[in-house]
Amino acid sequence: MTAPDRAPTAVAPALSWSARIAVFTRMFAVQGSWNYELMLGPGIGFCAEPALRELPGGPDGPAYKEALARETRYFNAHPYLAAVAIGALVRAELEGRPPAQIERFRAAMCGPLGSLGDRLVWAGWLPFCSLVALLAFGLRASPLVIILLFLGLYNAGHVALRAWGVSTGWRGGLRVAASLGGPMLQKGPQYLARAVLFLAGLALPLAIARVVGRRGLEIPTHDWRIALPGAALLAIVLAVLLVRLPSRVEGWRAALAVVAVLILISIA
Amino acid sequence: MIAAVRFVPLTLLGALLGADVVSFPQAMISRPIVAATLGGALAGNVAAGLLTGAVLEMLAMETLPVGASRYPEWGSASLVGGALAGAPVAMRPGAIVVGVFVAIATAWAGGWSMYALRRLNGVWAERAVPAMEAGSRRALMRLQLRGLTADLLRAALLTAVALVVWTPVTGYVLAHWTVGRAASHSILAAVAAAVAGGALWRQSHGAAGSKWYLLGGAVLGVVLVLVT
Repeated sequence: MTAPDRAPTAVAPALSWSARIAVFTRMFAVQGSWNYELMLGPGIGFCAEPALRELPGGPDGPAYKEALARETRYFNAHPYLAAVAIGALVRAELEGRPPAQIERFRAAMCGPLGSLGDRLVWAGWLPFCSLVALLAFGLRASPLVIILLFLGLYNAGHVALRAWGVSTGWRGGLRVAASLGGPMLQKGPQYLARAVLFLAGLALPLAIARVVGRRGLEIPTHDWRIALPGAALLAIVLAVLLVRLPSRVEGWRAALAVVAVLILISIA
Repeated sequence: MIAAVRFVPLTLLGALLGADVVSFPQAMISRPIVAATLGGALAGNVAAGLLTGAVLEMLAMETLPVGASRYPEWGSASLVGGALAGAPVAMRPGAIVVGVFVAIATAWAGGWSMYALRRLNGVWAERAVPAMEAGSRRALMRLQLRGLTADLLRAALLTAVALVVWTPVTGYVLAHWTVGRAASHSILAAVAAAVAGGALWRQSHGAAGSKWYLLGGAVLGVVLVLVT
């Protein structure tokens, strides 16, 4: 039995607060069954499911079953910005939009939500917050302050982005793509990139000084006079190599090799 | 050494931190600066854990957890590294170096375990597709809960195995450690700075005026190093 199409509405359809809260909280587990076949698809269905129960006929009706089947199919996006798609898809399903239109929307949103989220969060907000934490570390803040600062700052942005995403998706429905062209989302990654570079210049020397154990203008001992120039030379050579060599040469592998050699030399 | 009484809390915490990387809730409690500090605190030396975590945080800056790519799992690994660096016997010049080494090696293994889990999730998902195509809520919930549970178990197992394998190795290495603190920490800092600096430059240098932002920050950073 096929669910009948319902006429699209100009205003958002009714959705209970309990369903809204359930959809939002489930978004934190959107990648719970992430896999190479359906990627984020089952996670999208998992998040949308509480809202789909409010379709005509309830969770035993054909509308619910057809919508749930659609929403569990292949989908890929940044996990935080997937909230935009979830909000829009829930609205489209509750409005009874034609299945073909919903499928086209799902296919069209994968690329933009993935690349925008990667630039905004993974290459922007996360390194920004990490560098703030390293700056606090370099300025000798206590461990508790550093952890609370990092988690508080990062998750303020993280939770706000998910909340903004689902709300924007819900308001925009299948026309939500226009909201992704706003200046904050388009320019945001560029501003964050500049802030990240400034913070990198500021925080890394302080963090390194703390790791090395140096304080201010103290006169270096014999050991330090040998170690510091050597370390500076190693850092510069390795950094240049990592930037110049193809991106498949990963820094953590190089670090593992250098640290392994240091250990072998030390215990030989 | 890691006392037996600390093994269980570390394993349970490792499970939560490992799951945070991808599955739930991605609140970044799995970042090295958090996870290694917690490991050090549980082992009795929060300062050693924080130092290990700061070095690992710099190394982890190049890891972009983008979609289907395979990357190190820093959560459980940093916990183990911080715990071993902070273990009472580890108050030696090489403790942080060994903690960092253990964490990177464990993160590498963790990356493989995440890849294996994603393949397994794929097998489960393919089996669930017919039921999900029929609109079965039960099949969807089972798939999702199975994935979450498997990730928790994966991270717990990784943490437990890493603690069992690396604890005696750490003890042996530190008992025979000869390089001084100055040299070992300087090399560690140099490597971490090179990886972080290189990674951030590659990710962000497309922005207009990028080199001036970096240079401006670096001048201020060096001045602060000298005066604080």
